[in-house]
Amino acid sequence: MSSSEGTAPGTSLDFRTDGTAAAPADRQQMRAAARQPYRREAGGRVDRSKPVNFTFDGKPVSGYAGDTIASALLANGIHMIARGFKYHRPRGVASAGSDDPAGLVQIGSDAAVTDPNTRASEQEIYAGLEVKSQNAWPSLGFDVGAINDVLHQFLPSGFYYKTFMGPPGSWMGFEKIIRAAAGLGVAPKAPDPDHYDHINHHCEVLVVGGGPAGLSAARAAARSGARVVLCEETAELGGWLLSADPDTRIEGLSPVDWIASVEAELRDHPEVRVLTRTCAYGYYAENQVNLWEKVVDHQMPADRDPRLPRQRNWRIRAREVVLATGATERPLLFPGNDRPGILLASAALTFAERYGVLIGRKIAVVTNNDTGYDAACRLKSAGAGVVAVIDQRATAGPGVAERASSLGIQVRREAGIVATKGRKRISALEVRRLGLDGTPSGPSETIACDALAVAGGFSPNVALFSQSRGQLRYEEAIGAFVPGRSVQRERSAGAANGTFDLAGCLAAGEVAGAEATTAAGFAAAAQATPDVVDPSVSPGVLDPRTVLPTARAGRTFVDTQNDVTVKDLRLAVQEGYHSVEHAKRYTTTGMGTDQGKTVNVNAFAVLADKQTASLPQIGTTTFRQPYKPVTFGAVAGAHTKGHFHPRRTTAMHDWHVQNGAVFETVGDWLRPWVYPQVGESPEAALQREVRAARTEIGVLDASTLGKIDIRGKDARTFLNRVYTNAWSKLAPGRCRYGLMLNEDGMVFDDGVTTCLADDHFHMTTTTGGAARVLAWLEDYLQTEWPDLDVRLTSVTEQWAVVSLTGPRTPELMADLVEDIDPSPDAFPFMSWQTASIDGLPARVFRISFTGGLSYEINVPASYGLWLWQKVMDKGAAYGITPYGTEAMHLLRAEAGFIIVGQDTDGTMTPIDLRMDKLVSETKGDFIGKRSLSRSDTVRTDRRQLVGLLTEDPSTVLTEGAHVIETAHEPAPPVPMLGHVTSSYYSPTLARSIAFAAVKSGGARLGETVYVTRHDGGAPIKATITELDFLAQKEAGRV
Amino acid sequence: MFIIPCPYCGDRDQSEYAYGGQAHVARPANPENLSDAEWAEFVFFRDNPKGPFAERWNHASGCRRWFNVIRSTATDRILAVYKMGAPRPELDLDRPATPCGEVAGSGNDAVKLVSADAGTGAAR
Repeated sequence: MSSSEGTAPGTSLDFRTDGTAAAPADRQQMRAAARQPYRREAGGRVDRSKPVNFTFDGKPVSGYAGDTIASALLANGIHMIARGFKYHRPRGVASAGSDDPAGLVQIGSDAAVTDPNTRASEQEIYAGLEVKSQNAWPSLGFDVGAINDVLHQFLPSGFYYKTFMGPPGSWMGFEKIIRAAAGLGVAPKAPDPDHYDHINHHCEVLVVGGGPAGLSAARAAARSGARVVLCEETAELGGWLLSADPDTRIEGLSPVDWIASVEAELRDHPEVRVLTRTCAYGYYAENQVNLWEKVVDHQMPADRDPRLPRQRNWRIRAREVVLATGATERPLLFPGNDRPGILLASAALTFAERYGVLIGRKIAVVTNNDTGYDAACRLKSAGAGVVAVIDQRATAGPGVAERASSLGIQVRREAGIVATKGRKRISALEVRRLGLDGTPSGPSETIACDALAVAGGFSPNVALFSQSRGQLRYEEAIGAFVPGRSVQRERSAGAANGTFDLAGCLAAGEVAGAEATTAAGFAAAAQATPDVVDPSVSPGVLDPRTVLPTARAGRTFVDTQNDVTVKDLRLAVQEGYHSVEHAKRYTTTGMGTDQGKTVNVNAFAVLADKQTASLPQIGTTTFRQPYKPVTFGAVAGAHTKGHFHPRRTTAMHDWHVQNGAVFETVGDWLRPWVYPQVGESPEAALQREVRAARTEIGVLDASTLGKIDIRGKDARTFLNRVYTNAWSKLAPGRCRYGLMLNEDGMVFDDGVTTCLADDHFHMTTTTGGAARVLAWLEDYLQTEWPDLDVRLTSVTEQWAVVSLTGPRTPELMADLVEDIDPSPDAFPFMSWQTASIDGLPARVFRISFTGGLSYEINVPASYGLWLWQKVMDKGAAYGITPYGTEAMHLLRAEAGFIIVGQDTDGTMTPIDLRMDKLVSETKGDFIGKRSLSRSDTVRTDRRQLVGLLTEDPSTVLTEGAHVIETAHEPAPPVPMLGHVTSSYYSPTLARSIAFAAVKSGGARLGETVYVTRHDGGAPIKATITELDFLAQKEAGRV
Repeated sequence: MFIIPCPYCGDRDQSEYAYGGQAHVARPANPENLSDAEWAEFVFFRDNPKGPFAERWNHASGCRRWFNVIRSTATDRILAVYKMGAPRPELDLDRPATPCGEVAGSGNDAVKLVSADAGTGAAR
């Protein structure tokens, strides 16, 4: 907020951080007024007692509280605020709202909170706001990229696709250069420090748009007692009423007083919520409408309540919706129609009435309908000089032109603009008479001006209606699309529905509000037709010619954000892009951040003109969410950092943290990966943990394993159907390993299931597969075998599991448990017993995932940390060492155990895993059984899981590396034998070990293969072996 | 996101449900008696119609019950909901294929506009 830089000599700009004027107030106000030569003497909704100082490209600018960047800059006579996207032509404010195509600026300079592509006509100013122009270097006034404008003949639409062709991949290089040359603002580079919120809300009636139709709809709905939400995109309710003729009266009140009375009534209803600065940006299925509320963006950072989110994303589910989204004025197509100083006539009126700013002192107006005359007269009454009205038509509505003439405004009929002049702001027009076919004739007249207001007719704002999947209808009389047939429970009212007169809008709003309320099941209050005095002029008969011959050649812009000209669109048609959807994508017309709000109808007209078709024949492009760009922050809401994907932690998590564990995510769980000691590398820690587990005692937190409690008299039958092996004879007290297949025969999970009683089993699944397995089992039980008496309960989080492995575990277990004999002789492998630990009953399982002597102790989760600490304390005497998931992986690989999801990939059958013994031939059908005899699954050349031992014991293969037949990699395509699935350096074997899926692997034991390197070096020689490396070591084969 | 009426819990947002594919595809009683082609038909092949489609949904973040839904895949409109084991209800299937009444194809330009003489009025 430094103000010293860029301050003109002799002025002292005393920026205060509270946004108020420094004393003496009158002097400050006088200064501010002196710096705003285009501010009207009075009028507008800005607060002239509160000057607001901000900067534009480093230079100080003054406005008033209530100004947008656009209105404040225009008050200072600054029109040129940006450079075009492609040709870098000067661009200015063209509209007063969210429809402005090219008046985009960057705000803020902080790497974390700067906002690119901010619409100057939307962002409200606050003290100290930093505004910068975009896409200009080194400066807005002198921009090197403007050379593109000189070269424009060589840069037609599709130029990139045609020019930057070359060998494969070269586009990647070109693209970087093109992206840098064309562009908009600069994205923030640091994490967003603001917080955002999501709110789900239900209501009977949602009214979108706070203009006359929306206000009367909301009022009618509110009076019925229904829950109503009214949202308005701008800072204030009122919509077009805030720009209306000051002589307008509704129910005897001025526009501002009427708005205030309706707002007061609405805010008084307890069931009504009024949201301003809130844009309905997406209409989704079943009347879900998303709103984007900017909560504090209009406030200076120091004033923002830290408890409030910066922005909110509202997801509203409405019984009924009223769309009162108003209309957007269309620009006219004439050569040079993109200069700064050229604005929509409606925007000129909004700046004059709502913000008290004149867009110029010598304003020209060009029009194709009667509203242009009205704008000219009203701008004149507001204090501007109006030099001429140029009407494309031969005749205007009765008395309209005469009223303008009587105010001293010159009128040119059957005339069009053939050229404009002025570099940073329009300075003159060339006007010629238009013949019947629109061809210019006669001499050219030059009209000097400092601004041009363009009145091209109004297009109802049908974006949300169309997003709701409603069907549009082309309305010849207004030259635009209107809502045709509704699909969801919504109705459009007012200008959004093609009703442009105030009385009509108010009445339509009232009807829509009452209708929506009734449809939602509420009794609508009695309706009254408001008494309206409306001096405004209706559009009358529009000039049906959108594309005049002068626009077909030369530099007539359709889309000023993406720099698309009439010529570009015509070229696209010529090159075969006849469909409006294709031409749009080829030229990018309407694809900017403005979504073509002002330009689309004109673009369709150009395409229709070139194809000599009617506009409805050409059709329209698809309106998609979002209606305007929504920040990623609002979309993400609070779902960032730890809330993005919440992690599950075990009962022992705090101990792991305190003892230096490095974590990895498995499923949603955080699991200790290794426990490096101070100064120890993860690899060294891994080797130490594995050695301890093989020589003394290793301890693993195995609580994350999926656990499903299975009960019911048909539990055994059920297990027989879901596992590949037989469960009929598993006695209570015994455990068994099982594989689960999908119906396609492929392994999808494995685990140990224990028989607790004849009708009671304890199933374990992989950590990541727990939820999937439970859902899959439930599916079969509910839909295929509802006759089975089986109940499933997930007990994953109910049990904490401490897994002990290593030769000294029996000693520790004897020390730890009471009332059972834990020695391996008395407590056989693959069985379980209830033991008591300090009186706490625990389930102890003699199962092993390491191949070593192991015990898994299950206690209620609330005792997990207690048990872990007790085990660590008692285990210290036996050299106990905690190990993480990486050591677990290595230990199980030494023992030849697979990990589903690492050694399998959804294409491996039990036969491919060479686990044929686990497939029962005799027990009857089970899930996936039939697939194991399909012609494809019985192929003998399928990949099978085998061990690999490298010739050089110190070489560790890369997981995922390709297995090939030859010592040298042949030219592509390289015949593949398979790939490495797991690979480690085993401290127990003092050499590297690996698993690989290799074609016909089981038949190739002992054969030599080669494994490629990711760095392109010579393939590594290896021998195919069995998987169980510990057994091979004992047998002396390794 | 559309709303699905769970037959056990009532109207809930789609995000609470898990999709289960085509309904009424019973697991064959004696897979061993089927040819490879017949078995493959059960394992791999499902219908993909435009329009009404009987499909399975699971109220995964609610009661966890499976049930059947007839949904128009063109409009996402839910035409019927019924419990597992119940027969597929008879529906009057003579309805527009898309919200806009389009019968063949999807997303083409013509569907976004009503023809000039079609008039207005809500079709709910």
